[in-house]
Amino acid sequence: MPLSLRSFGTVEEASAALKAPNARYLGGGTLVVRAANEGDLTFDTFVRATDARLRNIEITGSTVTLGASVTMAQIVKHPALAFLAPAARAVGGPAIRNMASVGGNLFAPAPYGDFAVALLALGARVDVGGKTVDIDRFLATRDESRDVVSAVHFELPKEGAFRFAKVSRVKPKGVAVLSIGALIEQDGAGAVKAARIALGCMADRPMRAKAAEKALIGSMLTEDGIAGAAATVGEGTEPITDPVASAWYRAEVLPVHLRRLLLK
Amino acid sequence: MAKKVPLQITLNGEERAEFVESGSTLLTALRDRFDDTSPKGGCNQGTCGACTVIIDGELRLACLTLAEMCDGASVQTTSGMAKGGVLHPLQRAFMEGFAAQCGFCTPGMIMAAKALLDRVPNPSRDEVIEALAGNICRCTGYEPIINAVLEAARANSHNAA
Repeated sequence: MPLSLRSFGTVEEASAALKAPNARYLGGGTLVVRAANEGDLTFDTFVRATDARLRNIEITGSTVTLGASVTMAQIVKHPALAFLAPAARAVGGPAIRNMASVGGNLFAPAPYGDFAVALLALGARVDVGGKTVDIDRFLATRDESRDVVSAVHFELPKEGAFRFAKVSRVKPKGVAVLSIGALIEQDGAGAVKAARIALGCMADRPMRAKAAEKALIGSMLTEDGIAGAAATVGEGTEPITDPVASAWYRAEVLPVHLRRLLLK
Repeated sequence: MAKKVPLQITLNGEERAEFVESGSTLLTALRDRFDDTSPKGGCNQGTCGACTVIIDGELRLACLTLAEMCDGASVQTTSGMAKGGVLHPLQRAFMEGFAAQCGFCTPGMIMAAKALLDRVPNPSRDEVIEALAGNICRCTGYEPIINAVLEAARANSHNAA
C-alpha cells in the first residue's frame, strides 16, 4: 500500500488532517514508522507538524514546559532537568534518544513508555487538542484521542523528591521488566506528606499505585515505614506478559524494586 | 503508485538528488536510490542499529526516518569514511582487532562509534559501551568491538599529537 507524508506548519493544521481515518501523527518515528515497517495497514498517511516551538524546553519559575517533539537526548543534555535524565536515558540507545519524543512516549504501549511513567509520577499536564488535561486522564483516554499533543507541563520537584528506576535484564539498554517513578514530599522530620507512584509494565500503559501512595502517608522512608507500600503496590495491577518477563514474574519483583527505590 | 518526491541530500560530502517515494524510509532511499548499501536493514524496528547513520551530526536510525524529512540534510554513512583508499582509523581498528565477523552490524557500529569519537575523542570504556548500546552484534560478543573503538581513539590522539 502506498504511504505518503503530509507536513503542516502548525499543530492546528496537522490536527485537522489527522481527522482522516487513514492518518497517523508522526513524531520521532520510533513507534509510527516502525508500525508501517511492520505492515500496519490501519494507516497510509503520516501527518506531522513542523512548528519549531514543538522542540522547545521552557522553564518559567518552577514550571517546566516540554514541547511534544522534544527528544530524549535534549532532556538528557538539559542542565536544569538532570533529575529527569535517568528516565530519558532509559529510552532506547543513543540513536533512538535522538529521535524519540516526549509526545510519542505518552502513546507508547507497554513495555515501552518509560518516560511517560516519569511524567505520570510528576503529575504532568498535557496540552492536547487545544485543552490541558491531567496526565492520568490523558492516559486513560489516549486510545480514543484523534488530537495532537503539543506540550506537557509539570512543576520542578524539590531536590531529591523525584526517584526513578527502570529494571531491565540487558544493560545498559534493554526492554523494561518494569519501571517506577515516584514523587515524594516529606516534612522536616522526614515523614511522607504526599506521594505519587507511577508504574510501567504493570498494565498496558503507565498506571498509578494509589494504594501504595496512601500507605506511605505519614511514614518514614525506612524498612518498616515503607512495608505497607511494598505490600500494597501490586493492587490493581495487571502486568503484561512478553518475552522479557511473565505477568507473574513482574508482580513478584515489583515490591522488591519499589523497596529499593524508596530506600535509595 | 506512491507519489514521488524530490530529495536533495549531501551524502558523505557529495551533493546528491533523487526522486523517492513519499512515506519511504531513508534506509530504502540510501540503498535503492543512492546506491549506498552500507546501512543495513536488520530489524526495521529500531532494535538492532544496523541502519545507523549520522544526519546533520546526530546519530539516527535510517529505518525509522522518512526520506523526505531529510531534504537538505547532510547524511554520513560508513561508505564515506575511507578517503583516497585509506581506511578511517575506526575501520582499521575494526579490521585489525577482528571486531567484525559476519560484518552485518559493522557499518552501524562504526557510525555509532564515530558519533561518540566526534564528541568525546578519548572516551572511557563505559562511554564506549553506552555509545554502542543501540547496536546489536550476534557474532563477536562485543569485546573486540569495544576494544577496537578504544584503539581507534588512541590512534586518533597519536595522529593529533
